[in-house]
Amino acid sequence: MTLTQRIITIALCALGTMATRFLPFLLFSSRKPTPGYIQYLGKALPAAIFGMLVVYCLKNVSVLSGSHGLPELAAILVVVGLHLWKRQMLLSIAGGTICYMLLVQLIF
Amino acid sequence: MNEIPHISQNSRKIRQAARHAFPHTIPIFAGFWFLGITYGVYMNVSGFSVLYPLFMSLTIFGGSLEFVAVEMLLSAFAPVQTLVMALMIQARHLFYGIAMLDKFKGTDLKKIYLIFGMCDESFSINCSARIPEGVDQGWFMFFVTLFNHIYWVTGAALGGLLGSLISFDTEGLDFVMTAMFVVIFLEQWLKEKRHYTATIGIAASVVCLLFFGPDSFLIPTMAGILLLLTLFRTPIEKAGDMA
Repeated sequence: MTLTQRIITIALCALGTMATRFLPFLLFSSRKPTPGYIQYLGKALPAAIFGMLVVYCLKNVSVLSGSHGLPELAAILVVVGLHLWKRQMLLSIAGGTICYMLLVQLIF
Repeated sequence: MNEIPHISQNSRKIRQAARHAFPHTIPIFAGFWFLGITYGVYMNVSGFSVLYPLFMSLTIFGGSLEFVAVEMLLSAFAPVQTLVMALMIQARHLFYGIAMLDKFKGTDLKKIYLIFGMCDESFSINCSARIPEGVDQGWFMFFVTLFNHIYWVTGAALGGLLGSLISFDTEGLDFVMTAMFVVIFLEQWLKEKRHYTATIGIAASVVCLLFFGPDSFLIPTMAGILLLLTLFRTPIEKAGDMA
């Protein structure tokens, strides 16, 4: 690839990303009222999206081979447990991450 | 003379928003430095100068696509395929935009940067954080986005500069992102009465992951979520299971 071709490739990646980020705002201008269905989606989507992102993070975990997803399962249980107990976001995240690092470095 | 108190009040407002935003971004700092350095090292050992990870992290600001872009840069020039890949990998941002249509209203010029920098992590914090009363929403979201952007760019540049000189004993640190999404998901779950929308998100993702595999399940998942949210609009609205 020449330098120009590399620059075009990078620019197209940026363009594709920006298209997906800006499109909803271009389609539904803040000056006009947003259609009811889109307003409903805006409110109903976040919980579904966060579920999708959790699965997305775990997409390469194999239940059938390797460590069978046990370190991930254990660490997620720690995160949930800590969070239900203390409701401190940073504590839950740090606790779960440290637990995961110990598990994959020392045990699995 | 009248301008001075106004300006100092404004800068106090901005500083206050930055102070409140920072703690929310601490997990992202850990995750982005880890992933950003990994990405920079990967570019370095693939033979690219530090300018590449620097400019790519600055302009694309989307982790998964940037990793894929390294392979694109190493293969034959294929502009159409590149754009299609970029659109497919990043399609989930369409959902983020729809969810943030109202929240970004009234953020004047900052809105352009908020949309430009709306990666998974910035979206997640800005969508879910309970911003205290009296803190300016627009500036809070601006600083969340800016801090995350800085972490990502500095991590990528550092990795690109140092290359394979860095050796990791940080195996498993990337779990910090998973942990953060789990906490945000849990918060959302606890807010809902009937958990319809959270269940739809998990179920659609798991079913599509099993059918389509890890590399191409996101777009079918998005279609599935849209379909289910549309079909069950009445019960979901009745239960009030919404953000």
